[in-house]
Parts: sequence; C-alpha cells; structure tokens
Amino acid sequence: MSQPAMRPPIESGCPDGFQYMHPVMRRNFGAWKYHEHPRPGVLLHVSEFGEKIWTVKAGTQRILDVFTLRKLCDIGDEYADGYVRFTIRSNIEYMVDAESKVEPLINALEEAGFIVGGTRNSVSMISHTQGWLHCDIPGTDASGVVKAMMDELIDEFRNHNMPNRVHITTSCCQINCGGQGDIAINVQHTKPPKINHDLVANVCERPSVVARCPVAAIRPALVNGKPSLEVDEKKCICCGACYPPCPPMQINDAEHTKFAIWVGGNHSNARGKPTFQKLVASGIPNNPPRWPEATAIVKRILKVYQEDGQDWERINDWIERIGWPAFFEKTGLPFTRYHIENWRGARNSLNASTHIRF
Amino acid sequence: MANQHHPTPMLDELENGPWPSFISGIKRLRDEHPDERIQNMTNDLLGQLEHSYETRKGYWKGGTVSVFGYGSGIIPRFSEVSKAFPESREFHTVRVQPPAGNFYSTGMLRQLANSWEKFGSGLVTFHGQTGNAMFIGVNSTNTQAFFDEINEYGWDLGGAGPCVRTGMSCVGAARCEQSCVNEQRVHRTLLNRFTDDVHRPSLPYKFKFKVSGCPNDCVNAIERSDFAVIGTWRDDIKIDQEEVKNFVAEYGRDKVHQDVINRCPSKCMTLNEDNTLSIDNGNCVRCMHCINVMTKALSPGDDQGVSILVGGKRTLKIGDLMGTVIVPFKKLETEEDYQELVELAENIIDFWAENGLEHERCGEMIERIGLVNFLKGMGLEADPNMVNHPRQSSYIRMDEYDEAAENYLRHKMEQRQAAAG
Repeated sequence: MSQPAMRPPIESGCPDGFQYMHPVMRRNFGAWKYHEHPRPGVLLHVSEFGEKIWTVKAGTQRILDVFTLRKLCDIGDEYADGYVRFTIRSNIEYMVDAESKVEPLINALEEAGFIVGGTRNSVSMISHTQGWLHCDIPGTDASGVVKAMMDELIDEFRNHNMPNRVHITTSCCQINCGGQGDIAINVQHTKPPKINHDLVANVCERPSVVARCPVAAIRPALVNGKPSLEVDEKKCICCGACYPPCPPMQINDAEHTKFAIWVGGNHSNARGKPTFQKLVASGIPNNPPRWPEATAIVKRILKVYQEDGQDWERINDWIERIGWPAFFEKTGLPFTRYHIENWRGARNSLNASTHIRF
Repeated sequence: MANQHHPTPMLDELENGPWPSFISGIKRLRDEHPDERIQNMTNDLLGQLEHSYETRKGYWKGGTVSVFGYGSGIIPRFSEVSKAFPESREFHTVRVQPPAGNFYSTGMLRQLANSWEKFGSGLVTFHGQTGNAMFIGVNSTNTQAFFDEINEYGWDLGGAGPCVRTGMSCVGAARCEQSCVNEQRVHRTLLNRFTDDVHRPSLPYKFKFKVSGCPNDCVNAIERSDFAVIGTWRDDIKIDQEEVKNFVAEYGRDKVHQDVINRCPSKCMTLNEDNTLSIDNGNCVRCMHCINVMTKALSPGDDQGVSILVGGKRTLKIGDLMGTVIVPFKKLETEEDYQELVELAENIIDFWAENGLEHERCGEMIERIGLVNFLKGMGLEADPNMVNHPRQSSYIRMDEYDEAAENYLRHKMEQRQAAAG
C-alpha cells in the first residue's frame, strides 16, 4: 500500500495584520495625533480626525490554558469590541471606542483575576523564557520565578510609582533569551560542565562543540579509549555554550547553577543611546518554588530607584547621574573583583579619569 | 479513566499569591478538560515539572520534527523521564507567525484554541521571545494535523534553527502617533520575501528582522535583531505652541526645564520667556524624549523614513552587540523604495550566508571582518553617522585615501545638487 499523499503547506508567511485591527485603528492608521494616560493600565489615543480609542492593558500568567484564553475572549466580546493585541511583554490589550466601556472592562478583567496595569512608569510584566516547562537546556523555571516575583510586584504593576518605566526580564541560561532589561534576573553557572564520556561520541558533533566555546577551552580527547571531549577547567568560564550542541556536557547543577542580577539595560534611544545591562549581584540561590532571595534583591533595587530616581530617569539614567559607587552604597550590594569587566572591550569600562564622587 | 494525579507540593506553592498562576491553568486542563488525552498529558507534564522543581534540572531533549515540506517551525521536545511521565513523552512546540503588531480578533483566537485542543496540550503563549505564537505541547503525529488545520485558515509556521526567524513589530501606525513608518508593510514585505529562508534552515545561524515605528524602539530592534528598521524623520519636530503653553501652565517652567529641556541629549531646546519652545532641529538627534513627555505639544516631523541598523544580538558567542547604523536615513514611500529595502536585506543575507562561519550571527561576522569590509560587500559608502567617533589608532595603511576622500566630497556635492533640485 502506498503512503497517503502528504498535504503541501501553503507558504503564506506572515498574515495581514489589518484584518485583526479594531475598525477605529484601521480607519485612523497613520493618522494618530496624541495620547494620554487617563489612569494606570489605560491609554487614550486621539486621531487627527478626532476619533478616540481607549486601550486597557492587563497582565496574565503568559502560559495560557485554553480555558483562560477563552475567558480573555469572553471578556473581549462582552465588555470590549472583540479586538485584542499582545505586547512584547505578553500583556493583553483590549481596544474600545467609547470611554463608557473602560470601567466595566477593567472590572471584568480584575474580577476574572487578571491584573490591569503595566502602562507608563509602572513595573510592567516580566518578559521571560520557557524554563523547565519546555526548554532543553534551562537552569531554572522562568515562569515560576516570574509568578513568584510578580506576586510581590503587583502593586508596582498596578500603579505609576516609578521614576520611569521598568522592564524586568529573566532568562534560564546565559544565552539570555529574555534579553536586556532595566533589571534582569539570569541564570549564572558557576562550575564547568560534567561530561558523560560514554555518550559524547554518539551524541555530539565534536568539531562544532569545540568551535562553540567562547574561550577555546574544549578540545577533542580519547577518554577510556572512546573519542570524547575534555574541558580545560582553568580556562572554562562556565557559560554553558557547549551544552546545547552536546547534552552529555551537563552544565546545570542543583547547587552550582545560580542567579545573577543585572541592571541598566535600556533599548530605547530616548535621552541616551541604548545601553547594555551591567552585573550588580551574583551567587543568588536558584531556589524553587518561590525564589525569595532573588525577589528580595530586585525589590531592594526598585525601592532605592523609586526613592532616588528623578522623573523620567530609567534605571540606567539614574545610575549614570549618581555613579556606580553610589548605586552599590545605596543598595548595600557588595562590589567585588567579579564586577570588573575582563571580556573584549573591557578597557572602555575602566575609569581613566579623576572623576570620583566623595 | 484519567490517570491518578501526580502530587505537586512545590508547584502548589505557585498557586498562592495574587498574580495569575500558570500552574492553576495547567491543573484546570488536567481536572476540567473533557478530553482524556489532555487530562493525562497535562497530568504527566505537571509530574515532570514537579520533578524538575525537586531536582533543579530540566528533562527535555531536542530532536528532529517538522511538518511536510518544511525544515523548521517546530521545536521538538522528548522527555528524558518518559517512563515516569509517558503521556507527555512527546511535547513539541509549534511556532506560528503572528501578524505584525500582534493583532487578533477574539473570533480568531477562539478558532485557534479550538484547533489546538483537538490536537495539542491546550497550552499556548502569546508570544515567545522571538515573536512567535507558541503552541506548547503536541506529539509528533498531531503536529502535522494541527499545522494542516491552521494553515488552511491563514496561519504559517515561524522559523527555528539557522534560518530567517519570525519578525516583530511594535503597535505602530495602527495606534501610535509617534510612528514614522508603515510597520505592517515593512514587516510583511521583508518577512514574506524570505518565506523560503524561514521554513528551510540553510543559513549560518538565526537572522531576525524587527521593525520599530520610532526611536523609542519598543520592540528592542537595535539590540535584538540582525536587521533593525527604525522609523525616524529628518525635517523639524512639529510644535504646537498653544499646547506648549498649556503644558507649562500645568507643570510650571521649572518642571519643563527639569523634565524636558535639561534631559535633551544634544541640548537643542530652549524654553522662551513667553512659554513657547524653540528647537535647534539641526542638532536634534531624534531621541524621542521630549515628544514622549509633551505628547500633545510635540510630534515627529513630516519628512519621515527609516534608519537601518545591522548586527544586534545577545551574548552567544562573542558577547552582546548592538546593531550598527548602515543606512542613516531612507525614505519608504514608493514601490521602488520598498524594493530597495528588500534588496538591501537580500544582499546582507547573501553576503553573510557566504562569509559567515557556522553559528556566527551577522553582527559577529561584521565584528570579525570589520565594518569597512562589510560595507564594501554591500556597496555602501562610509558615513560619519555610522560611528561614534573616527578612528583613534594610527595603525592603518592609507593606500587609497586620496581617492576615497575625493569620492566622499563628490558624493556630498551630488547630494547637495539633488536636494537643490
């Protein structure tokens, strides 16, 4: 018997977005005039033609079950106009064409357990990666870290209490799919990979694994008569880059896989040029199910920023004004030799001046 | 009959607290979904996740799964502990390309939910960090069936592996007065030119397009994409002086100085005695800050276009790179303008496919060969907007300096003549 004929795919690529836009957005595409923030979680946009659209933004659990997705749709049909969009931080946005719809929509969302907020100078939803739920190389479970952390930051999501917006990210390995953030909570491995030499020859393409290492610490070797790989542990920076192409080089460790916290990443060109995040704390335990140590440090940084930052200063702007010594002083975080850059371009990060605050 | 529930004491802790809980969601599928397949699959998923929480390790490994005709779009996951958790042994993710700006109707979301629960786990995320709608958890057999069903009503897979990846765009002109570009058109023009490269991985590594309507760069294009298209303008910021006066009346002159004038990075703004604003537009770097603060009084100019930056990426392997300006300004109005944009992207991808090493991002290649060699490959001229400052090191051969200088000056003169009409 012959195989059933396979259906060839329709290579339609990226679909047309206009079909899913609220009619007010379609009518006023490219013709918006200004926006306002009537209250936390709500945006008002006014077009050149005088048309108005209100947006209500809400945080969810991000990993949605179909029941929750349908609940979000029910709310969209009953209290909004049937059109939504998702922000890049996975918040859901409902667009409505009348102010009178805003309050009932907010109430319906809050009643169903969703959190309205995340606009302007709030702490928005933490953008995060997959973690133990689905990834093949995770050191932790980002969804769990984020859930535990948002439980504690919920008031900052709901209110405009910060000097400027705060984007927090998490990542489950040092590849850092979560990206740059005003605050980033990322896995930091602290020990070289543990190699299962019995498996390497069968599982790993050895030359590509050797090529993957950023510090050339991996070389081919015969171990117990089998072709394998060995790591120069003095050179190894424990980044875990060898683990994805070679799973027998296990980098994750229940004890030695830690968290590090980075601050000052900012993608926007507003005021200064975009900036990368900088290391401020490490050695934080990877402590499921609620990771209290990481949350405590994030809250401490946020508190100092809230008290000390001036209006419109993102975290990187604030630190640039007060200087890094003051940041470590005010947050009480230790500054160590590990905070001094030694990667390429390191010299550019050194203070070659007498600009010192006393 | 559904299987016995795995105990999940650690995960249960994540049902406490006011933020919506993904664990409660997975449990709802286990306990309330009518389909026994989903009940059992999510039960074993919870079992494996609890095991991860207890041992602080992940237990998924990759593999090779795709749909007929494609080489990417599915993230294969096979459980390493499937003896204990057999029902979620195969738990692949289907990456689906959303429209630019992530717009959906509730009707379409329901339709996707219906298809998904027929074949998959019932878990979905809008969206993953690359920008795909992530349908999380489907076995190898049902992967094809789910794709076939949603493909019939307009959805296609995104990229995975060394290929052009799903793009990302901000809300843009659909709802933002700061947008300087038609993100919908740029996004679809670029992505759908490279559909073949999305579905059939054959490049050195991933290649990402992102489109932001203005320099606020809400989709993080400069840092997170190989090819960043950012809306901007080159005439004057538009000022509504009456709205400036209203703003000053509401917040006071001191606050305007503190929040707007003093925060301008190129110090090009003056608050006049009569509470109007003057801007030295020739010295404005289009950072967006003043427009962000005074949303009614200030807005981008009318002579709009885009800046293009190439080579942004995260850590692996040589460290983080921001994109670099290679086209300071480009109009995007006519068919030809869009065609030129596509040609630039084609040239870059071709050049990188030829010269990039395995697993080397475009930005890393530029770092290795130098921006000058990259520009030469693209046929682009050096421009002072591409650098923070000219070279500091005298260690360079100047063989053809005179010719290059002459070219630059001639090019400048041609530009001036073109501008004068």
